Amino acid sequence: MAEIQTEQNETLFIQHFREESRPLGYYLREMAGYTALKKAFGMSSDEIIGEMKKSNLRGRGGAGFPTGMKWGFIPKQSAKPKYLVCNADESEPGTFKDRDIMRYTPHVLIEGMVIGGFAIGAHSGYIYIRGEYVREAKLLNDAIDEAYAKGYLGKNILGSGFDFDLTVHRGAGAYICGEETALLNSLEGKRGEPRVKPPFPAISGAFAGPTIVNNVETLAAVPFIINKGGDWFAKLGRLEKSGGTRLIGVSGHVKKPGLYELPSGGITLRQLIYDHCGGVLGDKKLKAVIPGGSSAPVLTADEIDVVYDIDPMMKIGSMLGSAAVMVVSEEMCVVRLLIRITKFYAHESCGQCTPCREGTRWMEDVLERIEHGSGREQDLNLLLDIADNINGKTLCALGDAAAGPVMSFVKKFRADFEAHIRSGKCPNA
Amino acid sequence: MAKILSQKFYDEMKKLEPRYPNKVALLLPALHSAQDETGWISPEVMEEVGAYIGIHPSQVREVASFYTMYNLKPVGRYHLKMCTNVACCLRGADELVHHVEKKYGIRCGETTPDRKLTLNEEECLGACGTAPAMMLNNDYHENLTTESLDRLLDGLE
Repeated sequence: MAEIQTEQNETLFIQHFREESRPLGYYLREMAGYTALKKAFGMSSDEIIGEMKKSNLRGRGGAGFPTGMKWGFIPKQSAKPKYLVCNADESEPGTFKDRDIMRYTPHVLIEGMVIGGFAIGAHSGYIYIRGEYVREAKLLNDAIDEAYAKGYLGKNILGSGFDFDLTVHRGAGAYICGEETALLNSLEGKRGEPRVKPPFPAISGAFAGPTIVNNVETLAAVPFIINKGGDWFAKLGRLEKSGGTRLIGVSGHVKKPGLYELPSGGITLRQLIYDHCGGVLGDKKLKAVIPGGSSAPVLTADEIDVVYDIDPMMKIGSMLGSAAVMVVSEEMCVVRLLIRITKFYAHESCGQCTPCREGTRWMEDVLERIEHGSGREQDLNLLLDIADNINGKTLCALGDAAAGPVMSFVKKFRADFEAHIRSGKCPNA
Repeated sequence: MAKILSQKFYDEMKKLEPRYPNKVALLLPALHSAQDETGWISPEVMEEVGAYIGIHPSQVREVASFYTMYNLKPVGRYHLKMCTNVACCLRGADELVHHVEKKYGIRCGETTPDRKLTLNEEECLGACGTAPAMMLNNDYHENLTTESLDRLLDGLE
């Protein structure tokens, strides 16, 4: 049993999240840097994708789609150039994991992208990084320069005959650009408005070429999978269809906020909050948990005995999302909190779809009047009605992301909302 | 028309050109570089960037106005962007914003009369584990308290 105990603590990334880890020398010495790339050049595209499938790696950006399967969608032959794009937009509120990969271990992302490019037959890669990460973009560019200088990027990489160019492309402050087709429009120099699907990016993506878009953490897992095998990676996870470890960001009212790396499906939310994060700040009572970025339907304090992974979270009507946990104590007014969330989606709606553009603002208005004491009895049903008219009725998931919190907050904390309306003020004020 | 953007801007763009299959894709990088030089995206900058890329200035405006990081009006020498999204809000960001508003006698979205400082409320900066967080020009400042914020602001020239 002792052996299993040590395995339980195996982490890929977090022990390297220090300033000293950044240089190429460290990566080569301490993280078997670029050995997976050499190995991959000896494998066929199908073999690499096969290992990816075996690994049960599911996309770390939020949707949880199996990465190997996604890579398999890329057509082998294409008249147009293919592209590999890394989604480093990291804009879902609560999420701050990719930033550490990029600033502390940039080479693991670079190596993962070269392997990915080789597997799908792409010779150009882009890292689309949120505009605010100015420092991270610079550090990535420095690491890319190092990689070019040593022949890990550019022409005929390591004598393999394979060429791959990698470019950092900065966003400019738009949450919607985390949506993959909005991201591609933004990469092309356009407004970041999501596209109509189909066609999906694997068929027609960046510059109309077949394109794979993967999250930073997803691509950073690739060198480990190639080096140690898909089976090994799959076993790091504790659930059948979810391999590897997972970076979890915890923020809000906990004693020890920050990043944690744990086996996929290895713990419950309660264990995460109370065993790993030291419990609720000031030992207050837990009021709510927003479990997967701000678009994840909220959980009450009674719902946290759930295993924290993709499928179990979906089963209870919420989502793991980008594994961003925001903990809320009884100190916070849930109406005010929901206003904050709804205001965000209203601000970030790209405006293409009427239900999202109009509905998010309308919900914000209704919530504001409830918080400020002029709410009406019928407002709660009105909120649910507006949310229902957004949910599933927009081009992209931003509409659902705005509707989910409203529906779950009103349903699960109805008494708090009613108290506001009845007393004509915020009881917490 | 006299050029506003420096040779450095054009050299940077020249270097980036081969990385993209067409020139329009250079628009976001070009706007970033232009703003680094001039502080904001003026109509004249839009015209010059459009001429370089080969698109109409209104197309430049269409894109520039979509993204919050491009300043469509001048900002102060110091641009304070304070995150007030969920994680920061739970850690007292609203109080910090009020503190700055009071300290400088301006509201969010405004610039001090001496053009020293512009204050903006910002959506999530992706630094939630070290909330509350903000940006001062291009730099992150995290785990803020009223005291650490005051120390930082009082040190600005």
